[in-house]
Amino acid sequence: MSSTLANAVSAVPDARGRFGEFGGRFVPETLMFALEQLTDAYESAKHDPAFQDEFRRILADYVGRPSRLYFAERLTREAGGARIYLKREDMNHTGAHKINNAIGQALLTQRMGKKRIIAETGAGQHGVASATAGALFGLPCRVYMGEEDIRRQELNVFRMKAMGTEVFPVTSGSRTLRDAVNEAMREWMSTVEDTHYIIGSAIGPHPFPMIVRDFQSMIGQEIIEQSNEQIGRLPDAVVACVGGGSNAAGTFYPFVDHEAVELIGVEAGGHAKGLGTHAATLMHGQPGVLHGTFTYVLQDDDGQTADVHSVSAGLDYPAVGPEHSYWKDSRRVRYCSVTDNEALDAFYLCSRLEGILPALETAHAVVETMRVASKRSKDDVVVLCFSGRGDKDCAEVARVMTERDKAGRQKTS
Amino acid sequence: MNPIDALFRDLRAAGRKAFMPFLTGGDPDLAFTKDALTAVAAAGAHLVEVGLPFSDPIADGPVIQASYTRALNAKLKLGDLFATLKQTAAQPGWKTPMVAMGSYTLIYKRGAAAFIQQAKAAGLSGAVLPDLPVEEAEEFAKVAADHDFKPILLVTPTTSPARAEKIVKACGGFVYVVSIVGITGERDRMPVAITDMIARLRNLTDLPLCVGFGVSKPEHVTELRTLVDGVIVGTAMVRKLEQAGQPGQREKALTELKASVQALVVALNPTP
Ligand SMILES: Cc1ncc(COP(=O)(O)O)c(C=O)c1O
Repeated sequence: MSSTLANAVSAVPDARGRFGEFGGRFVPETLMFALEQLTDAYESAKHDPAFQDEFRRILADYVGRPSRLYFAERLTREAGGARIYLKREDMNHTGAHKINNAIGQALLTQRMGKKRIIAETGAGQHGVASATAGALFGLPCRVYMGEEDIRRQELNVFRMKAMGTEVFPVTSGSRTLRDAVNEAMREWMSTVEDTHYIIGSAIGPHPFPMIVRDFQSMIGQEIIEQSNEQIGRLPDAVVACVGGGSNAAGTFYPFVDHEAVELIGVEAGGHAKGLGTHAATLMHGQPGVLHGTFTYVLQDDDGQTADVHSVSAGLDYPAVGPEHSYWKDSRRVRYCSVTDNEALDAFYLCSRLEGILPALETAHAVVETMRVASKRSKDDVVVLCFSGRGDKDCAEVARVMTERDKAGRQKTS
Repeated sequence: MNPIDALFRDLRAAGRKAFMPFLTGGDPDLAFTKDALTAVAAAGAHLVEVGLPFSDPIADGPVIQASYTRALNAKLKLGDLFATLKQTAAQPGWKTPMVAMGSYTLIYKRGAAAFIQQAKAAGLSGAVLPDLPVEEAEEFAKVAADHDFKPILLVTPTTSPARAEKIVKACGGFVYVVSIVGITGERDRMPVAITDMIARLRNLTDLPLCVGFGVSKPEHVTELRTLVDGVIVGTAMVRKLEQAGQPGQREKALTELKASVQALVVALNPTP
């Protein structure tokens, strides 16, 4: 363990919701009341053993936690270095880490006496998780989803609808995750008195980044317990993909005060380095405000949010949770990016070697995990947060691979 | 004296109320922005709010967002908008104060001091930053005070009395009273609670109180006239900008914009 408690990297956010200089609340006055109400409700829930017990019980009985920490022997052999372990969030009910946060926030919704939930979604995993929580708790649910993502994630749209959720197509702007967040925030402003907005990543105004991180932190806590049991110590490195940054925040947070553990966040490098061709916010962005928080943002010289691209809908976001900005600037976490093509190759590599289809988001982290493992000694241990399963991406991967093959044939002929 | 203070001093002395249209800068293009500002000023608008287009405006409804998108699709740059405002305000006899309405990230990008200097040089006397709540507004308000630039803050139906007190203290020029829970856009009737809200605010501040969000019709204005110091109309104006972007509709849109400003000015001040 490091330093004194007050100086610890984990001692954030402060009362204003700041992670160092990042975070805060940059929202219309209309929402301030709801954010204060949410902060109070969360603070009391956090210290209420009955709430925490209920949360743990649902996670165990319904979600299937703890998720396994699995030694990936064949990936390890392929990388030829450190031992690779997978933290199997893909084994959770609904197939990704997103369910942890959705259940937590649905419980908070009930605690605040609100009657309805809304959510945004990119890949559809958070939409599915929210729809699931809506069904479980009998809360009517509407999910905002960009038209482009509705096309890319047909299966998840079907799942949400089957559970009784209304999927609301977003046609403004780039028709992806960022526009879905805009619409959900707007909707929340006019319905805030009876509706809770279950934000799907560690983004947005305070207290959302803190709440989402905390509701995902069992990932890192379980890794600590399980690695102590299985290898008798902490891992040497931990890798997670970063879209808005919720699976990474939940994975890293319990480790940030353990200075010896290397933490690596993987962003979507898309297909090039120019603005509009990737979604690697921490690699190429600058501080600014998006969706109510001060954080790294991909923007043009005039301050307009840039378009982003990633083969993975869940990483296709032009900002990042403020705690990651803090970890980047304090150098506690190293951030890097992985391209569309590398992620697609890893999708197949992991499927063939381990019999586990990763979500395309997760596939980005697989690439970096292989790199890190290959550079480390055989005695080292690298843990990968395996954020979700790839079923939702099969149709899209098939489509993209056909295009890639065609392009490849044209080049060689 | 800041032009906004002078405006409300004169209006109050004459027992009149301010009519304040909102226009997006650069929709459909900057030439139209200059014509539209000139037209609404000639039609009797007392102050104009100029929207600075932003790609992700969370406080605005679909009509204003679409307007911002059109301006940005036409490659609008803030520097060019400022240049147009400067030309507009440089016209002989121009005396209508202008304020900016924009998302905070656009200000942060330039730095508060640089933004305020550029805005003032463009003829703007203050700014409404709907996503900069009072807790985060301290630095902006301080730099603004150094430059006699007005930080105009918002009070909404969900604002607690304690917050309202903090907000009016940090606020300058006028208080922007949001009439409804929600985003900008048109409503059929004004909500009843506004009367109480205004009464409570009067006890807290002498600043002019101006109501916006959801005001669109002369009937709304008539309802509000006795209560407030001014009325802001946005979405209904922006619809005319949308029309101006259609082929052959510019002159018609301009004429209608003028007529609608005249009607609202009269509804607000029935006795000349
Ligand atoms: C499986 C999976 N992993 C990762 C992400 C990225 O989100 P975050 O960075 O919030 O974990 C998503 C988002 O949809 C996802 O579905």
